[in-house]
Amino acid sequence: MVPDKRVTVDEIAAEVHDGMTVGIGGWGSRRKPMALVRALCRTSAKDLRIVSYGGPDVGLLCRTGKVREVVYAFVSLDSIPLEPHFRNARQSGAVTTMELDEGMFLLGLQAAAWRVPFLPTRVGLGSDVMRLSPSLRTIRSPYDDGEELVAMPALHLDVALIHMHRGDRGGTGQYLNVDPYFDDLMCMAATRRFMSVERIVDTADFLAAGPPQSIRINRLMTDGVVETPHGAHFTECIPDYPRDEAFQRAYTASAKSDDAWDEFRARYIDVGEADYQRAVRP
Amino acid sequence: MRDGAPTRAEVCAAAIADCFAHDGEILANPIGTLPVIGGRLAKATVAPELVMTDGEALLVENIVPLGVDNPDKVVAGWNPYRTMFDVVWSGRRHVMMGASQIDKWGNQNFAFIGSYDAPRTQLLGMRGAPGNTINDTTSYWIPAHTTRAFVPAVDVVCGVGYDRARDLGPVAGRFHHLGYVVTNLCVLDFETPENRMRLRSVHPGVTVDEVVAATGFELAIEGNVPVSRLPTDDELQWIRERIDPTGLGEEEVPNP
Repeated sequence: MVPDKRVTVDEIAAEVHDGMTVGIGGWGSRRKPMALVRALCRTSAKDLRIVSYGGPDVGLLCRTGKVREVVYAFVSLDSIPLEPHFRNARQSGAVTTMELDEGMFLLGLQAAAWRVPFLPTRVGLGSDVMRLSPSLRTIRSPYDDGEELVAMPALHLDVALIHMHRGDRGGTGQYLNVDPYFDDLMCMAATRRFMSVERIVDTADFLAAGPPQSIRINRLMTDGVVETPHGAHFTECIPDYPRDEAFQRAYTASAKSDDAWDEFRARYIDVGEADYQRAVRP
Repeated sequence: MRDGAPTRAEVCAAAIADCFAHDGEILANPIGTLPVIGGRLAKATVAPELVMTDGEALLVENIVPLGVDNPDKVVAGWNPYRTMFDVVWSGRRHVMMGASQIDKWGNQNFAFIGSYDAPRTQLLGMRGAPGNTINDTTSYWIPAHTTRAFVPAVDVVCGVGYDRARDLGPVAGRFHHLGYVVTNLCVLDFETPENRMRLRSVHPGVTVDEVVAATGFELAIEGNVPVSRLPTDDELQWIRERIDPTGLGEEEVPNP
């Protein structure tokens, strides 16, 4: 018998408090926990530090004034290479940033997950990553080679938010696309871990949908689970649904003016998840 | 099928194929439309030993066409992002990336233009450029060769150039290697004694003066610069029928 860790979207959003570091799973505009992000946009939380292989999650949170700092290696909508709201936030100086290489980002999460202060890597040497983030340090190998390497610090998260295709009420999660991204590491790097899923199923039904290795999120990694059908919309969540490119274009257009944003926000963000889904589903 | 004389895009594809032709059994990882066409052209013709992806998380052994929904794939491996970092850090990869700015040492930027605190133009971010360039052979594809892209100094260094690699010393910089820079006008390399960018060949119909005028720093130019080769009939057939049947390369680099 598995425990029952089911919670609501709003209960998850209420776990995020001012100043917290929040890790968000997925990659670019792919399998993002957008229902949770939208709920977070509707709370009063502010001054957040967002850690993400960034997509519209970062753009929405920046545009709704939630963000103090973004830790990222890129922020992209994939089919639209540059995230428009993030661009505006950056270019107006509205958010501070820690800009990392994609692999350094992985090592920071891994270090936090393994409870070590840093992991050594060659990545970053020679580039301006070190100049942009003066807090980064190098370390000399204690062995005979004496090689100097970057000491990528642990990226500790207060809260991790991820989206999976299937989950059970105990908080086990399964992905059904080809890439797990770094969602398991996000959870293991975090103090509080929440997962939205397309569908909550009986534990015994996981293997009908995919092989054992697709059950990437075990319940040691999660504190709460919520069923949010279509909850990654408008990002890609194949095989359940592709990216909604038309909606993504509309989202991008909402960055053109304050009026355009106000209209988008009133129609899609301020309304709650149920009304959002009614508005976007054909 | 398209016919007629080779287009500029097809010359670029052949030049890109040549970048990967002698790599051996490594992961050839071209990023962008013409890089993918050129990379797959190399695997289809002279370098079947190259390991390549479907553009996402699978390794595939057949030549997958661009611009076709649900193409057949002969899957020979699972290569999600986490595995890709294993490949990058183990050194068995040659990546071809884009560049918003590049300088004479091959320092590359596609993160932002202007200052870090409030950039004039926010671009992609560092992506994987620091890790790619310090670990593996890296080449660049620049579809619009202009003085905006070829600059005296980049605003921020994402991909590491030869001057910085040299400053790191022989140990930390030992895996750094820049291959080629292919543009809509020419092919460049770093095969000079001090690894400064050199004009390797100009595409048919392009003059050396045109390249010089479109470059914001002094290129190394030695004697009579060769003309980039034309694709063979076999290569044209691969490009037009199998690799790029809808002509996406022609959209990226229109024929002059």
